[in-house]
Amino acid sequence: MNHDIEGQVSKSRFHGLWALTNRELKKWYQQPFVFVMGIIQPILWLALLGKALNLGAIIPSDIPGVSQSAIMLSTFGTTDYFSFMAMGMVAFTTVFTTAFTGMSVVWDKRLGFMNKVLSTPVSRTSIILAKVLASSIRAIFQAAIVALVAFALGLVTGTNFAWWSIFGVFAIVFLLSVGLASLFTALTLRTTRMEMPQAIFQLITLPLMFASSAYFPIDKMPSWLQAIASVNPISYTIDAVRRLMIFSDGFGPLPMDFAFVGVFAVVVTAICVMLSWRYLNR
Amino acid sequence: MEQIQTDSVDDEVIVVEGLTKVFNKTVTAVDHINFSVKRGEIFGFLGPNGAGKTTTIKMLITVIHPTSGGAKILGGDIAKQGRDVRAAIGVVPQEYTADEDLTAMENIMLCADLYGIPRQVSKNRSMELLALVELTHFKDRRVETFSGGMRRRLELACGLINRPKVLFLDEPTLGLDVQTRVATWNYVKMLKKEFGMTLFLTTHYLEEADALCDRIAIMDHGKIVVIGRPGELKDSLGGDIITLSIQKEQQDITDLISKIEHVKEVKLEKGNYTIKSSNGEITAPLIIEALRKNGQIVTKLALTKPTLNEVYMQYTGRSMRDTEESADSVIAQRITMGRANR
Repeated sequence: MNHDIEGQVSKSRFHGLWALTNRELKKWYQQPFVFVMGIIQPILWLALLGKALNLGAIIPSDIPGVSQSAIMLSTFGTTDYFSFMAMGMVAFTTVFTTAFTGMSVVWDKRLGFMNKVLSTPVSRTSIILAKVLASSIRAIFQAAIVALVAFALGLVTGTNFAWWSIFGVFAIVFLLSVGLASLFTALTLRTTRMEMPQAIFQLITLPLMFASSAYFPIDKMPSWLQAIASVNPISYTIDAVRRLMIFSDGFGPLPMDFAFVGVFAVVVTAICVMLSWRYLNR
Repeated sequence: MEQIQTDSVDDEVIVVEGLTKVFNKTVTAVDHINFSVKRGEIFGFLGPNGAGKTTTIKMLITVIHPTSGGAKILGGDIAKQGRDVRAAIGVVPQEYTADEDLTAMENIMLCADLYGIPRQVSKNRSMELLALVELTHFKDRRVETFSGGMRRRLELACGLINRPKVLFLDEPTLGLDVQTRVATWNYVKMLKKEFGMTLFLTTHYLEEADALCDRIAIMDHGKIVVIGRPGELKDSLGGDIITLSIQKEQQDITDLISKIEHVKEVKLEKGNYTIKSSNGEITAPLIIEALRKNGQIVTKLALTKPTLNEVYMQYTGRSMRDTEESADSVIAQRITMGRANR
């Protein structure tokens, strides 16, 4: 045995963080079935729902003075509803992916893995951040698949689009994922029941989806719904994604979008980490 | 003259003082317990389910916070220096904690990473430990396919990855078959012998505590009711028991037996004599000899050595058999307790 390096221990906090993140990712990409299903799901969303809701077709084109494309443009910011919805889905797919973070926290508790990790010197913050990080990496991957499928199905890009828009999209989707993953983790920190994350997922997903600009522009909603949608970080992410990819009227509120989602991510993650100090060590 | 202090305070690797845990402000799981464990000792924590064994171990490994009181492990305070304490100890929990989706090697490397052990060290050490627990051939198989015994061995290997000075084993043989249990005992004995490790284990198998432990604490209702060496505890019951019957219609021989060496007490009940002796093996032949000289014929004689079961009965008022349960019900109970504890 080599006694010189025997006692050498890396005190770096990233060591444990990366090990735990890597574990989560391994569990994901080593399961071909789960991996493929995760790719197929957004394709179905886009191909079926995105193409079925052909809103442009309901505006009659034979009435004099009515321009189909002008109405579409003023309502959706683009002439193509599919592109409008597809970019909403790029952002919204993160909700489906990050919702599983809460589930995996509960699984780890039930199967005893959490007990093992808690008895090692790795910090509680790392345990939670690893969950959030792994989940966000998965979410970005999903978002990239949705974007690719959207391109394949005929996405109409706007004049704002440039090659670096892609990185902007990844950045804001990552921020949103971090926030949502922390939110779902925080909500399941205290429970060991599987029903809990499922109930939360069902309770939160639909309101989040409809009270956002994923399918319909916020300024055309009734005012009470506008109030909810305008504090929904998903709306800001969707706006940023659309602005970067399919809009043509400049970047205007883009910095505001990033700031709002960024603050959301930081605040929720901080709350989640603080709750983990309290509830992981009873 | 050089004086070697072997019993200095430094040799007490675990010192527990007034340790208490109250859940929900109402359920007192552990109630002001005090004890210490010396370097190199195998210390056993014994008691029925719900006695507070697991809560105690979880406080010692700094996974839950004590309500009051405290403990020092290797000089580190469990409440204030949790991270340092965790870095110095090893833990083999009651449940199987390995990630089923990963291989044995991936699991043990993950443990190494969690302790911050550099890769060039952890690779060799993992292989060494897998060899120690005889899992080398299965290192690339997913844990999902492992039997209970293999999982337990993997847990043990993971608990040793940081070369701990103190190893905590919570019910290490729960739900294992007899062969695997004996194999686990051998590992535990080997750890003490080869590495001079201090071992703290909880169990509700009495024969396990008897076979392994240098000292035992029996816990009941959150309190330590008795603590000592297994031999001492058995002796405290008053020694071996000889039951004897002689041919009927003969005179009372109580006085005769009382005079025999090591005999402490003689009782006559329903024609049978119950004799307590501090050394049954010597007393029994002497009794037969004495009675024969007196013209009496012994028809039946039985010698019973006190076991921990009797000790346990004495101190908890229950037989271990009454409290022993299947692994499934223990786990279900644990989950229930866990819910109650929130």
